[in-house]
Amino acid sequence: MARRERSTRQERRIKGAPTARDFKGDVNPDWCPGCGDFSVLSALQNAYAKLGRGNHDHLTVSGIGCSSNLPGYIRTYGMHTLHGRSLAVATGAKFANHELNVVVTGGDGDGYGIGGNHFIHTMRKNIDLLYVVMNNETYGLTVGQASPTTVVGEQTKSTPFGNLESPLNPVAMAIVSGATYVARAFSSERTELAELMYNGMQHKGFAFIDVISPCVTWKKEKMKIFDYWKERVHFLEDHDTSDKAAALAQAVKTGHETQLGLFYHDTSRQSLDEMEPVLENGPIAHQPLGISQEQGDAIIQRMM
Amino acid sequence: MAKYDFVIAVGGAPGQGIETAGKSISQICARYGLNVFTYTAYQSLIRGGHSFLTIRISSEPVANHGDKIDLIIALDANSVEKHLPHVSPGGALIYNSDDVKQEPERDDIQLCPISYKELTNDPDRKKIMLNVCASSVALQLVGIDLAVLEDIIILSLLKRKGQAIVDANIAAARASYDYAAEHFMPFDVQFEKQDPPLAFGSGNMLMAMGGASAGVKFYAAYPMSPSTGILHWMAPNARDLGIIVRQCEDEISVINMVIGAAHTGARAMCATSGGGFALMSEAIGSAGMMEIPIVVVNVQRGGPSTGLPTKTEQGDLWQILGASQGDFPKIVVAPTSIMDGFNTIPELFNLVDKFQCPGMVLTDLSLAEGHTTFVPDSINWQPEIERGELITEQGQTDSEYLRYQITDSGISPRAIPGTPGHVHVVATDDHDEDGSLISDEFTDPHKRRDIMEKRQRKMEGIVEILPPPTLEGPKDAEVTLIGWGSTHGVIGEAAQLLTEAGIATNHIHFKWLYPMDEDAVNEVLSKAAHAIIVECNYTGQFARFLRGETGFKADGQIRKYDGEPFMPHHIVDGARELLSGKTDLYVPYQEIVV
Repeated sequence: MARRERSTRQERRIKGAPTARDFKGDVNPDWCPGCGDFSVLSALQNAYAKLGRGNHDHLTVSGIGCSSNLPGYIRTYGMHTLHGRSLAVATGAKFANHELNVVVTGGDGDGYGIGGNHFIHTMRKNIDLLYVVMNNETYGLTVGQASPTTVVGEQTKSTPFGNLESPLNPVAMAIVSGATYVARAFSSERTELAELMYNGMQHKGFAFIDVISPCVTWKKEKMKIFDYWKERVHFLEDHDTSDKAAALAQAVKTGHETQLGLFYHDTSRQSLDEMEPVLENGPIAHQPLGISQEQGDAIIQRMM
Repeated sequence: MAKYDFVIAVGGAPGQGIETAGKSISQICARYGLNVFTYTAYQSLIRGGHSFLTIRISSEPVANHGDKIDLIIALDANSVEKHLPHVSPGGALIYNSDDVKQEPERDDIQLCPISYKELTNDPDRKKIMLNVCASSVALQLVGIDLAVLEDIIILSLLKRKGQAIVDANIAAARASYDYAAEHFMPFDVQFEKQDPPLAFGSGNMLMAMGGASAGVKFYAAYPMSPSTGILHWMAPNARDLGIIVRQCEDEISVINMVIGAAHTGARAMCATSGGGFALMSEAIGSAGMMEIPIVVVNVQRGGPSTGLPTKTEQGDLWQILGASQGDFPKIVVAPTSIMDGFNTIPELFNLVDKFQCPGMVLTDLSLAEGHTTFVPDSINWQPEIERGELITEQGQTDSEYLRYQITDSGISPRAIPGTPGHVHVVATDDHDEDGSLISDEFTDPHKRRDIMEKRQRKMEGIVEILPPPTLEGPKDAEVTLIGWGSTHGVIGEAAQLLTEAGIATNHIHFKWLYPMDEDAVNEVLSKAAHAIIVECNYTGQFARFLRGETGFKADGQIRKYDGEPFMPHHIVDGARELLSGKTDLYVPYQEIVV
């Protein structure tokens, strides 16, 4: 494969208010032309810029998969971790320095499959992260097997006779698992996606956006996959985002239509880092190491 | 000052207060300035079953639970039946005559029946535990002032149970103590107060304390015996000491959180046992690849699989050496004593910070759940802290920062997220000096070789720093015992016993296991006499590892894999058997079965 041009590695100083361009990475994405993830990347760069902080104030964490290559294409601190483990790594990073804006990106296989356990528990704990899942209903990088969100009946490399398993419902799962900001977006509706991302970053607690980000390579209809979704998606209307039961009712709706927008927003719950007294003195990464002789003496006293 | 070495054991069913009795007796001895080492043989049950706690008390420092039992406190009839044969001749057995109708048959020991009903006014056993009465009798027999027990009763019960319960227990203790003075013969050995009073704690506590002294700011865990003691120390101390403690959904989450916290600048640590460590394996390699310093403790229990949750073994050596795919720099250390566990943690943190790699502590139940006394002043709360080439402040803006810069030492200056001027991405895919992936589209064999060699060069620096083992004991010896990690104390004592018996024996013990300096280790091994490797597993894991690293083949091996730790005589008997030339493998027989 031909090597693509890479920009020279220069730390670019942001002059004035940052723009999306300031968050462009050194490496150009190697996603397939037409992939929904390009729009997600662009929306994220816009959301970062709108937040107005420097590149070094953000940490973008991902797992493994096509969409998880994203941190390499963006100019913030980044961690491209193991398959399925991004939320756990991001939680540790957030606790070490809760002043960082920590955003986690990945795909449906990474987040709902191998990382499913961490997904549920990170929501339950209400860790202050924005989690953006580029849901394409397939395992793209391993050349097109069924994923946890692949629909029943679909033929894939691992389900040549049609998928027998039911897909999971990430939005409903997030609402019942304890996420405090739950949304669904469509990669082609980029402005709305960027707005949801920006608001999610500002939300204190676990913000989750399931983004329909179609795969143009492993879905049979190829480019028609966008038409398939465009015809189905509708933005939520007259919906009270503070009403958990209503949010769940919208999330479990079946039928032809797929709802987009903010389903649920709970501002009453504190995020875990806000509840942690140890963080009152500032990030632990900045605290002096070790303990005092007096603290040590008190420990020994209790052992006598 | 009289010299003595005395062992008290407490047997009973969990829930009968065996641990409390053991802790009280140990604490009393510690306040007397006596040296104590304890080991509890127990089962994976919360109620029912049987536990047996051994408390070795000595005027000299002790590092294992010894070979004999002078006094057994049997809290139930089952313990009398089970452990009557284990009392050494001249010893004593304390038991509750309310439960044991038939007098135990031993005429070479003193039988000390006490009636709980007669000693207390508490027929329903609501307020007073039998263990208080029995402990009081034991203390009387070895000449300890009852006032010390009274202090401990007040300390342990007053807050939780109130004055009435404390009074009832102190009255029962006094009645028992007086009853013993009247009816039983005291031991020839009478404990005397020594200075200074000592502190008392477990290997898990000391490792946790070592972590606090090293500046651990993030600790994560999933409960798993026998490593849970570290979590149980960290959790209540966290807020005072400014440590974030998180209990996670599984060990995979544990280590990945630790990696996230460590990358973001906090010293971070976790502990588990073999099964949990297996789940952590993949992430250990990711810390190697992303060059993130973490400390992982594996407190081994009996394997394979769920194995023996409450028993000891040194069976995870190959697991820890082989954890995760591919080659990457790492350090493996096995503390040699409970106190060494304290010092090892800050030592290892300095190394992993310097070399930006995972560090693994390999210990086991016998040390982690064993308790020892120690001189309070021997604890160094201010160990040296060296964080290596860490960038936490803005350097030259606009300069080219290469996270994985290729250097002679293999060490690349590490910037933590949040630092202006050093934005970069770390990846578990292999990557270039600047962090860009060299997997997938940008696969490049030359860059791959360069970055692989850069990482592995760090191993040369590590090998240079790690001290090789030393030869302990007489230079001219007939036998050399070789061990690793937790068995230092028991092998050392066995070497001494053999020497005293006319078989001059010395001892080579390994603390730093990996990486191993072949030449330096061979230099030490060249001084070995008839070499016997002693370890707690079935296949001789260390013997095979040592042979692989150095080409050294021992003359004989002693292996134990029944779940119980070595007692000194197991090794002494083994050395004799191996010297006779009849066999080159000796597996000791475990006499005390719980």
